[in-house]
Amino acid sequence: MGIAQPLSQTDPTLALIAALPFIGALFPGLMIRAGRTACAASAAAATLAALILLLTRAPAVMGGTMIEARIGWMPQIGLEAALRLDGLGLMFGIMILGVGLLIQLYARWYLSRADQAGQFYTYLMLFQGAMLGIVLSENVLLLLVFWELTSLSSFLLIGYWRHLPEGRQGARMALTVTGLGGLALIGGMLLLAQAAGSTELTEILARGDQVRESPLYVPALLLILVGCFTKSAQFPFHFWLPHAMAAPTPVSAYLHSATMVKAGIFLMARLWPVLAGTEIWFYLVATTGLVTMVIGAAIALFKDDLKALLAFSTVSHLGLITMLLGFGTADAAGVAILHILMHVMFKAALFMTAGIVDHEAHTRDIKRLGGLLSLMPITAAIAIVTALSMAGMIPFNGFISKELMLEETTHFAWAGSDLALPVAATVGALLSFAYSLRFIAHVFLGPVRDDYPHTPHDPPFGMYAAPLLLAVAVIVTGLFSDATLGALQTAAADATTNGAFEYHTLKLWHGVTPALMMSGVAALGGLLVLAFHAPLARGWAARGPFFAKDAFDWGMEKAAAAAAAATDRAHDGAITRYLAIFAIATLAAGAGAFAIGNHGPGSRPPVPVTTVDAVGWALLVAATLSMLVLYRQRLLVLVLLGIVGLIVSLAFVHLSAPDLAMTQVSVEVVSIILLLLALNFLPQTDPEPDPLPRRLRDGAIAAAVGLGVGVLSWMLMTRDFETISGYYLENAKPGGGGTNVVNVILVDFRGFDTFGEIIVLGIAALAIFALVEALLDGRASARLANWRPAAPRAADRHPMMMVVATRLMMPISLTVGGYIFLRGHNEPGGGFIAGLVVAIALLMQYMASGFAWAQERVRIPYHTFIGLGVLIAGLTGIGAWFAGYPFLTSWYDYFHIPPIEEFELASAMAFDLGVFLTVVGAVMLALYSLSRIARRTGEEVNVEAMDYDPSVEAPTGRRT
Amino acid sequence: MSHLIVLPVVLPALLAPVMAMAMRHDLVLQRTFGLAGQVALLALAVVLAVQAFTTGEIHVYELGAWPAPFGIVLVLDRLSATMLTLSALLGVMVTLYAIGSGWDRRGWHFHALFAFQMMGVNGAFLTGDAFNLFVFFEVLLIASYGLVIHSGGAFRLRAGLQYVVMNLAGSTLFLFALGTLYAVLGTLNMADMAIKAAAVAPEDAALLAVGAVLLLLVFAVKAAAFPVQFWLPATYSAAPAPVAALFAIMTKVGAYAIIRVYTLIFGEGTPELSALVSAMLLPAALVTLVVGAVGVLGSARLERAIAFSVLASMGTLLTAIALFTPAGLTAALYYMVHSTFAGAALFLVADLVRRGQEGGRRPHGVTVAFYFVAAIAMAGMPPLTGFLGKVFVLQAAAPAEGAPVIWGVILVTSLVLIVGFTRLGSALFWKTAPVPDGDPPDAGGGLALPGGLAAAAAALPVAALALMTLASGPVAEAMDRTAAQLIDRPTYIRAVLDPAEPSAEGLRRGGGAHDRGADDPVAPGRGAAPEEEAE
Repeated sequence: MGIAQPLSQTDPTLALIAALPFIGALFPGLMIRAGRTACAASAAAATLAALILLLTRAPAVMGGTMIEARIGWMPQIGLEAALRLDGLGLMFGIMILGVGLLIQLYARWYLSRADQAGQFYTYLMLFQGAMLGIVLSENVLLLLVFWELTSLSSFLLIGYWRHLPEGRQGARMALTVTGLGGLALIGGMLLLAQAAGSTELTEILARGDQVRESPLYVPALLLILVGCFTKSAQFPFHFWLPHAMAAPTPVSAYLHSATMVKAGIFLMARLWPVLAGTEIWFYLVATTGLVTMVIGAAIALFKDDLKALLAFSTVSHLGLITMLLGFGTADAAGVAILHILMHVMFKAALFMTAGIVDHEAHTRDIKRLGGLLSLMPITAAIAIVTALSMAGMIPFNGFISKELMLEETTHFAWAGSDLALPVAATVGALLSFAYSLRFIAHVFLGPVRDDYPHTPHDPPFGMYAAPLLLAVAVIVTGLFSDATLGALQTAAADATTNGAFEYHTLKLWHGVTPALMMSGVAALGGLLVLAFHAPLARGWAARGPFFAKDAFDWGMEKAAAAAAAATDRAHDGAITRYLAIFAIATLAAGAGAFAIGNHGPGSRPPVPVTTVDAVGWALLVAATLSMLVLYRQRLLVLVLLGIVGLIVSLAFVHLSAPDLAMTQVSVEVVSIILLLLALNFLPQTDPEPDPLPRRLRDGAIAAAVGLGVGVLSWMLMTRDFETISGYYLENAKPGGGGTNVVNVILVDFRGFDTFGEIIVLGIAALAIFALVEALLDGRASARLANWRPAAPRAADRHPMMMVVATRLMMPISLTVGGYIFLRGHNEPGGGFIAGLVVAIALLMQYMASGFAWAQERVRIPYHTFIGLGVLIAGLTGIGAWFAGYPFLTSWYDYFHIPPIEEFELASAMAFDLGVFLTVVGAVMLALYSLSRIARRTGEEVNVEAMDYDPSVEAPTGRRT
Repeated sequence: MSHLIVLPVVLPALLAPVMAMAMRHDLVLQRTFGLAGQVALLALAVVLAVQAFTTGEIHVYELGAWPAPFGIVLVLDRLSATMLTLSALLGVMVTLYAIGSGWDRRGWHFHALFAFQMMGVNGAFLTGDAFNLFVFFEVLLIASYGLVIHSGGAFRLRAGLQYVVMNLAGSTLFLFALGTLYAVLGTLNMADMAIKAAAVAPEDAALLAVGAVLLLLVFAVKAAAFPVQFWLPATYSAAPAPVAALFAIMTKVGAYAIIRVYTLIFGEGTPELSALVSAMLLPAALVTLVVGAVGVLGSARLERAIAFSVLASMGTLLTAIALFTPAGLTAALYYMVHSTFAGAALFLVADLVRRGQEGGRRPHGVTVAFYFVAAIAMAGMPPLTGFLGKVFVLQAAAPAEGAPVIWGVILVTSLVLIVGFTRLGSALFWKTAPVPDGDPPDAGGGLALPGGLAAAAAALPVAALALMTLASGPVAEAMDRTAAQLIDRPTYIRAVLDPAEPSAEGLRRGGGAHDRGADDPVAPGRGAAPEEEAE
């Protein structure tokens, strides 16, 4: 800082540049129909267009202007589609698009006819767009979006050959590791944005001091570095990269040398002005880089797979760049930038060469290769030039950046030691020299062999054009580094360091410097190591291999298995346990809540206990306790339920709630009858009782919950409280036209609730019907057909006495039902109770004469009862609209038609009629469904009303 | 007086019985009316949402012309309108899928139950009365049970049993909670409860807290929060695909109820209770998130994994809610919309895959792409709404006391989700890929091209996610305004208890006009006037 802020200029073209790869992703999938060339060309066209547009902006950017473009997205979280193009972005943009073009050309020849080239290019373009997005982002959240997109698209690319297990596993591993980093990065970036008070890079970069002083600096730095290190395969996250090499070679060349793995480096460079320069940055970043550089190089030396060798070499070079960024000075950062450029050229070319060898010789195992120089001279020439550059040999471009790197290491002391860094760096350079030479010597030199899996020769021009171009670039940028790369390096380093970078003319020869001597040592040592490669390799192998992949896979499998065990066991469908947990949680939460609040005991005196009360109470308690013991004996449980229901009904009577009592009694009757019928189809033997400890445990839980509810009720009922109920008492007659407040509440004050509840009843009946129909269509049907009752059935199942009695009762019951219905508004009663009474009357007919017999006498289907009921209730409510009132507003008036006494008509009656019909329909539909099951079990249908009819001479027939 | 507010309840309530009664033997009729009903609901919801968002006014509908707090009111504010629109959108998508895939043919009364279900959901979103909320919970519970066991099958019945038993237990608790609250507050109208709760007598504080916490557990059962989430994975994974997709809104009903009750009734007016609820909900939400994520990793079946991912998303959602800050609510609402579509999309896509497999065919590329997008959204990977929502939640949680824990759990579980979905997808789509044999790959022939309407319908929630991603700014802005309205309790309370337009006077009754006392400010049971509350 302190340097003049760069000029900035808004240019919407930047958005187009960023969008072009994504637009280009749309075409290959279609253009593949016109052939692989058209497919590749359609993708390349977009890349080329983006590159040209980018280059037209280059002069301005190199002149110090920053180009911006901005589209709003989600300002609430500080996310804007804001783009910036500065020197660093320009350099990376050129790399991404330029290498992208070459890769597209190369892949056209590399992919075979069997490969789905359309998909390949689509994924490639998606990746390109994501990568370009990272380097052009101005908003850090936007950067995160693109960052994760690179992980996702690279997942698709690595797993492109989906039939190969290595591809799938490599893809998963890459996504897991980079996904881990991505999530850490999300955390880190959000913390950084908080510390800086902005999500815009321009703002953040200008507030370096503020960020470094913030308490959030260290957590933000750690999280961001995890993101960068995973992406750039830094130790100890380096293990995923070699396995990502299962991808087709163009992918490896593009993602794992030129672009994606550089994203971590890019981010460290991008945030360098904010994060760098502290002690923790130096030790974390420089050390990690150094360690990665040495370890990566060492592993690379002993890899026999060409691509694995190159992969670890990439790891090593990325470590080198990381280390340079970690030094925290502008000069070192400039060298890092330079090495990024150099590395792209030689490493992309090397990968493509490795791909050519693999493609031609059908193997990339160094042990099976050798002597290719004479068989494929052009490929060999490219490989030798680029590998020498990788080794850091003069006059290729790798030499320049390596020399500068070695020189930088001499400027810093590591934990007080001046020698640590130079020595370690020299070791790294030595190993790097060794594996580079091995790549040349063991593949291309030596005698021609006669056991290649496939006789290699140079590929068609299209395939080696791209690496050739890069090899030429390696030479040219080595010889004329100042002219070719000086300006770009300056622009990029300026942007990286916020203008603190000072350009030193790039040149091959600096005279005899410490760096040159270190290089010399590295070269000699490298040769020595290569000479003794075979014994060293044996020693390396004897050390016992550590396969990160095995450990990773093992860990993943174990994790998944543990997850499965834990969740499956917890979610195994044991309803008893679910309910127990629910009960305990409720009790604990309730008790906890009670404990924190203030509680004063109620002042209301208890009602005196009469003998009747005591008997009822004793019965209730006895029935409930018996349930705890007898819960496996289904029939007895029903009896106990009946007792409880009856006592509750009596309690309602006792407490002067006749409506509730009537409702409760009729509900009890209906539900016990239906339950008894259903019980018929359960196994006739009672299940084994649970072991005692379990029963004690469950009993204790049940008792605790029961007591909890009891205590709560006690506390509530012993206090006086004010409610809105007074309003209902006052307004029932004048407002609702009825003196039975309970009924007026049901059909008027809270008619909407009732409307909902009758619908619940109707739905329940429909659901039962649907369930039984599904049952009878499914496998259970056969089981039912073979079902035999365990106990012998009564011979006289439809006894005459019962038939006669129910017939006689039918009109009486119906009259009672009608009466209860009509009086409802003013006296205890109403549609709901009336419906239940009528339903009971009908139920009895069915019980007496069998369902089918009675069914034939019903003209209207039960569905219609339910449907009409809900409709009538609903339409009554809608009627109010026509008078300009809300849904369910009631109306009533008194009429006098001689000679009848004055009577009242109320819309509430129509509503109540709906309730009535729904209740009848629902109960009967449930019964009907049960009888359907019975029919399937082979129950006979009687033609006549009773089994033995004394008025007919011959016994009545039966049909099945 | 506009009756539009009540229509989202009344329309399906009348349509469903007609379908059950008159159309039950004809599938085409049911489909026509079922779909038309859903589309009409969507149109209604959009109209209501436009109303709610343009004016910012809170519309109150007094059922039966009884004034609050005595009668039941429906209240339309931005939150209700948002939820209505969300459920209506989902309803249309799912209905289309059910028709396209033929799921509705596999059992009885699919469309009638579906309409009832929508009625229950809409009613729950609209009602301003706590007991009426219970009624609608019942409606949607029983209808959803019917839908879960649609088309039968032993495993479905078993799962359905877990579902209905747990939720009936929840309903019972709901009654206990309402009884407690009624005993303490003496009213069931939520706005009135808010006033009474703020002015509760000191000796009643403990009982009020008990009521509030019991109610939280009720909603937790619906929202499938730990430790009452056990029913969800089996139920969702066994339910027919369209039903499972529709259920994306069911857990949201629980979340909605938590937002409504604990901002309005037990919000700023009762700071200690608010803190207590937050302290209970936050850990539960985080554990839910962990359980969901771990469950995804441990699932071998796709449907089960999706069910667990729904659990995980509920964890994230409840975490945001539990903050009970404006930022937290905004984030929660945004995430809620996202999570609904993501869950639905995944279930529909899973069904497409399953249908292909039953035909012995490999999944079509389009299906795979849908899965990829939906899984990305659910796992919270960029660029979709899952990521944006998660960042939203993280930012909202930053000032909270337990921020490091919340951040840690959310970020780590994201990774677990990613790994889980990747493993499943890889096993499902990649492992089955044939080895290329040198022939050029065919362009789709022989692959399971998903049936036209089903695939198009499955694409809808995926498209909704994409659209929402693009429109994140406006959506988040709308949610911001919604949250602002939620925080502004006095306005809500005034709108309900002191409606600007006096409640409709009673119809001509009993031979003479009569005043129901709508303008009577000291009606029995009314406590402090809302103006006092506002200050």
